[in-house]
Amino acid sequence: MELLLPKLGLLIWTLLAFLIVFFLLKKMAWPAIIKGLRDRENTIADSLATAQKVKEEMAQMKSENEALLAKAREERALMLKEARETKDRIINEAKEQAKTEANKIVTEAQVAINAQKMAALTEVKNQVGKLVIEVSEKVLRRELGNKDAQEAHIKGLVDGVKLN
Amino acid sequence: MVVQRFKSFTVAVFSIFSLLFSVPATAQHHEGDTAHHQAGQGAGDHDAKKDKLNVGEVIFEHVLDGHEFHFFGKSLPLPVLLYSPQKGFSSFMSSDFHHGHAVKNGYKILTHENIAEMGLDPKKFKPETIVAVDGAGKIDPSVKVYDFSLTRNVVQMILALTLFVIIMLRIAKRYKSGVGVTSAPKGSQSLLEPVITFVRDEVAKPNLGHKYEKYLPYLLTVFFFILINNIFGLIPGSANVTGNIAFTAVLGLISFIVIMFSTNKHYWGHIFNPPGVPLGVKFILVPVEFLSVFIKPFALIIRLFANMVAGHIIIICLISLIFIFGQLNPIAGWGASPLSIGFTVFIYLIEVLVAFLQAFIFTMLTAVFIGQAFEGEHHDEAHAAHH
Repeated sequence: MELLLPKLGLLIWTLLAFLIVFFLLKKMAWPAIIKGLRDRENTIADSLATAQKVKEEMAQMKSENEALLAKAREERALMLKEARETKDRIINEAKEQAKTEANKIVTEAQVAINAQKMAALTEVKNQVGKLVIEVSEKVLRRELGNKDAQEAHIKGLVDGVKLN
Repeated sequence: MVVQRFKSFTVAVFSIFSLLFSVPATAQHHEGDTAHHQAGQGAGDHDAKKDKLNVGEVIFEHVLDGHEFHFFGKSLPLPVLLYSPQKGFSSFMSSDFHHGHAVKNGYKILTHENIAEMGLDPKKFKPETIVAVDGAGKIDPSVKVYDFSLTRNVVQMILALTLFVIIMLRIAKRYKSGVGVTSAPKGSQSLLEPVITFVRDEVAKPNLGHKYEKYLPYLLTVFFFILINNIFGLIPGSANVTGNIAFTAVLGLISFIVIMFSTNKHYWGHIFNPPGVPLGVKFILVPVEFLSVFIKPFALIIRLFANMVAGHIIIICLISLIFIFGQLNPIAGWGASPLSIGFTVFIYLIEVLVAFLQAFIFTMLTAVFIGQAFEGEHHDEAHAAHH
């Protein structure tokens, strides 16, 4: 029975001890310990989250880079294609132009040749006419003398005419 | 510097204490025998008519509080601090009583012997009680004595708690300086950190929800307060602090106060007007519910007390078995000792488990009761959050 009866002295001392320990630790130990543990847990959680985020960002950046690269490649191909097309076009255009120029020159030359030819023919005709008149003049003068001599003379004249 | 010296001093005192206790601990199976023999013979000398080992007396002497520490058949006196309305305060060492043979400042300590000598009623007067006596050496019933002595339970509790507070303050200092926050914990920090996180994550958080931080310092203090005293109580020869009803009563009382301050309208509503219960049943239910308010902390008190005292009694009984057999026949005593020691070691290991378990159970149940006290509010908030 004595076992079950609390003694006043121990009651008071235990109460005192508990209160002192409680307030001492509540003021000086528990906040620091609890805060320390929580901070560490938060730091670890944050670090893990950051690592995950960085990883995701890296992956995103990589995919972005790849996309950019692909785009660049496409653009290069496009540019090359365009350049080729431009080149072909320029060459074709140049060819066309050259052809038209050449045709133009040829046409002009032909026109010029024709004009020259016509001029030359006209001159020849005029010369011939003149010669005919000259010859006719001479023939007419000789006819007055000897018929044979006239003919020989004409013949000699004709022979003497050198067409060019 | 002063702190350092104080620390060294405390460590020295503690070391001496543990050395004194642990030497009989390791040698208890052999040297302890002789000590007990002496004790047994001493008891035999006094009650010559019985000439028998009074096991009950030995058990209660070990389990109950006392004004001196016993080891190696010697005793270490402790300070006595008394108050009576007539005589005021008086303090002296317990050795001044000369084991109940002398009167000091008009006070006398009762022992088994002088209770018998003075012809007092052993049911009314118990050993280790300090009484006021008149000039003729008779007990003066008019003088009421309040005993605030530093008994062995008090001294051991103070020692245990001093050690505990020093450890905790050191750990706190480490956390403040960043060890264990930005780096890995070291030394005693690593030892106690899992225990602290266990109390936080397994006891406080599941039972108290979002309010756990408010109660965590209290729960941690209760847990370690019980644990350190349980562990110190396991040192052979030490006092049985946690197995004393006064100790557990204080803790239970504090739990009760904390629970009461945590209650809300919802809690009292459930007790005095249980919803959905017919009126007739309410007449039965309400008193039962109301009683449960007090039974809960009372159960805490009895549970811790009974568990700790039972463990100590079993160990003493098993050791005493050797001497009981030894009284019948010395050979029987020797024969019983291996069996007895085997069982003692087994129970001792169980007691180590119980030391942790009871600290955990007390804290856990306190947390559960606090959680129940403001449970309704939590539900309401949860509902409010849902809507």
